[in-house]
Amino acid sequence: MTDIAADPLEPSGTTLGPASAAAVAVAARGTPAPWRLLARKPTFLAGAAVIVFWIVCAIFGHAIAPYNPLAQQLLATNAAPSGAHWFGTDPLGRDVLSRVIVGARSILIICPLATILGTVLGTAFGLAMGYFGGTFDLISGRIVEAVLALPSFIVAFLFLVALGPTTINLIIVIGLVFTPLIARTVRAAVLAERHLDYLSAARLLGENRSRIMFGEILPNVMPAILVEFTVRLGYAVFTVATLSFLGFGVQPPTPDWGADIAANYGNLTAGYWWQVLFPALAIASLVVAVILITDAIEQVLSS
Amino acid sequence: MATFLLKRLGLMVLTLFILSLIVFFAGQVLPGDPGRAILGNLASQSAVQALDHQLGVDRPLITQYLSWIGGLLHGNLGKSYTYQSAVEPFVRAALINSLKLAALAFVIVVPLGIIGGVIAALYNGRSVDRAISVTGLSLSTVPEFVSGIVLIVVFGVELKVLPVTAAAGAGASPGSQFKHLILPAIPLVLILFGYIARMARAGTIEALNSDYTRTAILKGLPRATVIRRHVLRNSLLPTITVIATQTGYLIGGLVVVETLFNYQGIGNLIFKAAQAKDFPMLEAGILVIGVVYVLATLIADLLLIALNPRLRTEVGHD
Repeated sequence: MTDIAADPLEPSGTTLGPASAAAVAVAARGTPAPWRLLARKPTFLAGAAVIVFWIVCAIFGHAIAPYNPLAQQLLATNAAPSGAHWFGTDPLGRDVLSRVIVGARSILIICPLATILGTVLGTAFGLAMGYFGGTFDLISGRIVEAVLALPSFIVAFLFLVALGPTTINLIIVIGLVFTPLIARTVRAAVLAERHLDYLSAARLLGENRSRIMFGEILPNVMPAILVEFTVRLGYAVFTVATLSFLGFGVQPPTPDWGADIAANYGNLTAGYWWQVLFPALAIASLVVAVILITDAIEQVLSS
Repeated sequence: MATFLLKRLGLMVLTLFILSLIVFFAGQVLPGDPGRAILGNLASQSAVQALDHQLGVDRPLITQYLSWIGGLLHGNLGKSYTYQSAVEPFVRAALINSLKLAALAFVIVVPLGIIGGVIAALYNGRSVDRAISVTGLSLSTVPEFVSGIVLIVVFGVELKVLPVTAAAGAGASPGSQFKHLILPAIPLVLILFGYIARMARAGTIEALNSDYTRTAILKGLPRATVIRRHVLRNSLLPTITVIATQTGYLIGGLVVVETLFNYQGIGNLIFKAAQAKDFPMLEAGILVIGVVYVLATLIADLLLIALNPRLRTEVGHD
């Protein structure tokens, strides 16, 4: 899973070898070529379009939705999809389309924030482990490896049961579960950079440690971090949706895809498939979109 | 090899220790007062304190941890709040059920994933490869409950060809049990396919580009023989490790799949214990899963050594 991220570094490391630190930093950050390449990838464009669509729903959901997602119409419960209710209604007569549109909000707030938290912490640890090396790396590396040997979903689940499933707890728990994974990737990327000439040059110039770590190494391992971030974002969507489905994520009556599926999948045998299928497709579209973007970024960075 | 094994065993012990700390901390420290949790909000403070004392949760944390871990090492997994009896028989029965489901999923997905990955590698960079890789990757990120629901709607509700609950009922024949497990196994298969195919693909591409493959081709062996004897033997080694590491994801998936299909496995046990805040049951379930997972990783390492003679001499392989 994480071996993907180490590859993109190789080309930049070997071809840019002896150049000055500044030039390397500029080359890694400033070249417009990767973005242009990305914009030409149909998979990236498709993924980005889907994500932009859901972001718009998350921000303007209440304005776009045809009905109030919380409004119950007790005379129109379990109505099949029709002109008035495109996606039908749920057992309380709430409009499924409106709940799907507004339901984008919770997941699009929690997942990016949790992933950012995990990426920031993981990058800090990974940089420190890779750069300082020695005993610190040895001990923290073993701990990271030992933690990674645990089923992470189960650990997150346990903590959410114990702490209670609030939005802030979801963000913190998922962010912390991601931290060792990201730390390992960043550490591997830093180790690949560590003996390159630009770092020796920076050391000889007398730059201090934090300047070298954040000013020199960080920009060069940025592609690896970017790929890791998008991969984790996909997992965050997966995890939050699953937790909500199990009742330990976003709580009802807030519209949420996973929670709505959990509330209504018992009605499947009664034939009310629309209450469940549309939120399910929403989740699937979001994860697949993130994956398409990840795949496109990886391809561009490794080409 | 001895160093490699010792390192792995050391890591396993460390992992289990961290697991025990996590489970103890999350299961016994974070939830707060167990006496209050059992007796409810209306109970008097003195009754709560008496029960806390009886449960031993008013002792210092380190003493509690040591007595808890001592009990675990003697096979005492604790007493369920819900059933007021030892959790061990529940966990054992659930584990056996889960292993059946997991085994079926693996039996389906391992050959499929390997075949998919090898085909993708043979067509490296072409549309067949892209189709297999992107499909596999996309499927592996669609949550099991989403694919599970689609399967229930299509096969269970619309076509009515397969049962939508996993439990075949008491005393059902193995054939009937198998039929009930097909639908729940598919979401797990969909998740795992992408990972296994991806690894098999990467391994095959590496083997295809190797010197020994070039030699085999140059000495005039038929393509099929080269692939079977030289490429596959080498390319499938890393796949074994991936299959073992995926056990962790499989277990996460079991919680969902078993809940969705109402199957009495370890995932469902954890879910129900979590809902009832039955922490001893929850802790036992999670510990058992952690141990199974760690063992699976160790077995994969041993298998890797057995299959790859190079590892037997290489010291400190990581």
